[in-house]
Amino acid sequence: MTVSYENSKVIFDGIKAAGIKSLSALPETWLGLLLQRAEDDPDMELFQVAKEEEAIGIAAGAYFAGTPHVLLMQNHGFFAAINGIVSLAQLYHVPLCMLIAYRGHWGEPYPWHTRGGIVTEEVLRALAIPFEYARSPERVAKQIREAWVFSQSSLSPVALLLTRDLMEA
Amino acid sequence: MERAGCIEMMYPELEEKVVVTIMGACAQELYNLGHRENFFYLQHAMGLASSIGLGLAVHLPAERVVVLDGDGSVLMNLGTFVTLARYRPTNMIHVVFDNGSLLSTGGFDSQTASGTTDIAAIARGAGIEHVAAVSTTTEFGEAFVDALERDDLSVIVAKVAAVGPEHYGMDLHLPENAFRFKRWIAERKRAEHTA
Repeated sequence: MTVSYENSKVIFDGIKAAGIKSLSALPETWLGLLLQRAEDDPDMELFQVAKEEEAIGIAAGAYFAGTPHVLLMQNHGFFAAINGIVSLAQLYHVPLCMLIAYRGHWGEPYPWHTRGGIVTEEVLRALAIPFEYARSPERVAKQIREAWVFSQSSLSPVALLLTRDLMEA
Repeated sequence: MERAGCIEMMYPELEEKVVVTIMGACAQELYNLGHRENFFYLQHAMGLASSIGLGLAVHLPAERVVVLDGDGSVLMNLGTFVTLARYRPTNMIHVVFDNGSLLSTGGFDSQTASGTTDIAAIARGAGIEHVAAVSTTTEFGEAFVDALERDDLSVIVAKVAAVGPEHYGMDLHLPENAFRFKRWIAERKRAEHTA
């Protein structure tokens, strides 16, 4: 299986259409084509971080600065960012719009992704982070816009899980 | 050299700067000099003050961002130096007060206490060009003035004594601090656009 070129473009276009001007990310196989687009787009500020928790700080800085910002990460990176999500974003009511590559679930061939995939939903629930699944290219742009709107109105982290159906071709 | 003295020296210059501090003693010492709407105190999430600073600095090119960090906090997010080096926000000053201690959580020695670990060398090795390592108040003042005059990312690692304020407490709820800080920035941007 390879990463869907078409759907990566649809997601990036959806991010742009939602009015997002700034992205933070840690490169990940499923997110690679998306990040390439961000890198090539002069109107998109891209921060590639060394570890995902940094991105929570960067996103908070962008929020305080008034620049619409979205975070891209793998679910394992989301785990690595949890203290920042809880003790910066939730504690201070800073919204986060997170697009999370949902690895290690239905159809996952790689053993190393599986444990993280199995616990992702429960961790999101435990943290009271609202989440949705993005499965189809027809709906994903609307879902990104809605995730963004909801993060801003609730002043809360919000997660859109990018599934295998969407990311692989 | 004490951190409180360094912060007091910086204080007049911070009136118009976007300021982010770490938790505990550092936040309290700044607050005790007089809170301003442009000060954000990160009372938890150790390590992320400089990441917030990066997000602010890149998106607010007309402002100057000053981050007041500490050894215990920055050791929790050493990756911040490589990300700062990569994006090199020219309008950011990153001050790391190195007291060799996790003072606000009981005064345990941090990994820098023995002198084996050199935070300034880590910053330089990460690729940050302008890194000053200082241990006297005069040196600190000079390094801060240099950083203010420089149109580039500056890191100042200041060796300070492991002492803090006698009392802790702020008349400021954490979300209230965030809301007011964001509002101050928005109003500055509005004023800048209408100027």
